[in-house]
Amino acid sequence: MKAAITVRQLKKTYEEGAAGTLALRGVDLDAHKGELLLLMGPSGSGKTTLLSIMGCILTATSGSVQVAGREVVGLREKDLPALRLEHIGFVFQGFNLFPTLTAGENVELMLDLKGISAAGAKKRAQELLDQVGLGGKYGSFPSDLSGGQKQRVAIARALAGDPGIILADEPTAALDSHTGRTVMEMMSDLAHKRGRAVVIVTHDSRVMNFADRIVRIEDGAIAPAPEPDLLPPGMVAHNLSQATMCLV
Amino acid sequence: MPPLAQRNLFHDKVRLAVTLTGIVFSVVLIVVQLGLFIGFTTATSNLIDHSGADLWITSKNVPYVEQGVAFSERKLNQVRAVPGVADAQKIIAHWTQWKRHDGGEDSVQIVGINVDDSLERPWNLVQGRVEDLKSPDAIILDDLYKQKLGVTRVGEVFEIGGHRARVVGFTHGIRSFTTSPYVFTSFKNAQNYTAVREDQTLFILVKLAPGANLPQVRRQLLDRVKDVEVFTTAQFSRMTTFYWMFTTGAGVAVLIAAALGLVVGFVVVAQTIYATTMDHIREYGTLKAMGAPNSYVYRVIMKQAAISAVIGYALGMIVSIFVVRGSQAGGAAILMPPSMAVGMFFLTLLMCVGAALVSINKVTRIDPAMVFKG
Repeated sequence: MKAAITVRQLKKTYEEGAAGTLALRGVDLDAHKGELLLLMGPSGSGKTTLLSIMGCILTATSGSVQVAGREVVGLREKDLPALRLEHIGFVFQGFNLFPTLTAGENVELMLDLKGISAAGAKKRAQELLDQVGLGGKYGSFPSDLSGGQKQRVAIARALAGDPGIILADEPTAALDSHTGRTVMEMMSDLAHKRGRAVVIVTHDSRVMNFADRIVRIEDGAIAPAPEPDLLPPGMVAHNLSQATMCLV
Repeated sequence: MPPLAQRNLFHDKVRLAVTLTGIVFSVVLIVVQLGLFIGFTTATSNLIDHSGADLWITSKNVPYVEQGVAFSERKLNQVRAVPGVADAQKIIAHWTQWKRHDGGEDSVQIVGINVDDSLERPWNLVQGRVEDLKSPDAIILDDLYKQKLGVTRVGEVFEIGGHRARVVGFTHGIRSFTTSPYVFTSFKNAQNYTAVREDQTLFILVKLAPGANLPQVRRQLLDRVKDVEVFTTAQFSRMTTFYWMFTTGAGVAVLIAAALGLVVGFVVVAQTIYATTMDHIREYGTLKAMGAPNSYVYRVIMKQAAISAVIGYALGMIVSIFVVRGSQAGGAAILMPPSMAVGMFFLTLLMCVGAALVSINKVTRIDPAMVFKG
């Protein structure tokens, strides 16, 4: 499989106080197209920092991060938004929808950022909402939608930019198990049927069965791989040198 | 662009009301103060600007029209002899006392003119004719000051400077910047009403012949007529306005009040737009995380400021028009020429956009990584 994101010897230090905090200590990781990768680990382990750097939202202290073949470490901060816009779609734990815009307008906003005309954006937003099963909710405001519906709107918005990479931060944390499963099925389809690289940071062990690969982060580093017989049935143990599978 | 700016703005109606109140307050305050300034400026130089003359001849060291110093009226013939002078008339503009029927006294400013001439005639006559001033003791005054001077109708007789004065007509809207109303009369009556001697005048007004070169005629007047100053009408108007507006401090006070209006508006708008921005700060972080450049976020904030400005300006102007109209019946006119109304729009826009820069500064420093924090 071709890597959509390649991370090598990634280090991140937060400059706080006299002594900085080392959040990532030389991480090596690949996220592949057509693969659903879970990043798991305890709070403060560095998984969200890793996701932020992979999403070109946070800059690394050292190392290398290639997104769609382009080195992003060392890029100027003003060059990063364009890179995010072109290659990455985000799904957030709190949905992060714009409460004053309707579901359709939330999706249109992403299309507007991509420079698509108002008429084209409206049509495409409707198609995307149809795809996530919310075709009838175009004019509904987020406050009138359930948690699962909001997350589906967020997924439609993430897809609006037609990104090769989807990065999700705890996408099921605010959802009940049934709704969470529906959302994970969508994420899985994005990876397996539509060839996107999907990377999900989660604490939710219920979603492990959807993963092609699970990487555990501990203390800013990839934890050692578990024994193969500890893996869930059907999971393939990818023997990657930099990325290590592990189960909680 | 989806209507994010509009929706954010109209979502919190209380905050919108506060923003608009701030802008309206600011617009009205600025319009009233600037309008007063223009009204005062117009009033200070009313006599000069409506004189119809090209040049004003005064004694030496006369700083403004109310401070005329008498000089010999024989200079009038010297003036008339200068080539390029088509017409020259002596006039008096001088303070004196008006005695009301109730025995009280008021200060008035007598304007003595040659009734047969076209220079410095009273304008905006609403009752009577200028020619009526040829009658002995005849005067014309402005109807704005009827109550102040105790006048009710044409034909009433009063006393000015100890001499009889009979009202023969009224003008409308000839305001005096000082509290002393203008009272038009014939030159001869004016000499009686004031302390100006029979062989003296306070000013000579000059009308040039068609095609005459104004600077050249002015130079010749200065050469041939001794111990006088010769000003163009525009010059003398500026001198008088400058004296009243800036030397006395009256204009500065009005301008400071206008500037305060701008500051108050700026602070209120900046504060409310900043508060709105902070309410939506997570959304702006999301926008940036999605890949929106800073300029896109700035446009959203600027659009909010511009919409606030347009609505606030419209409401502010409606209130201002009522205030301006209401002032027309009073002693101090608030004037709002079209250019000021247009300028006010751009000033309001500038104020709101400037106020939004405080928010933009905040948004520029948003870390998009905030979207991953809880």
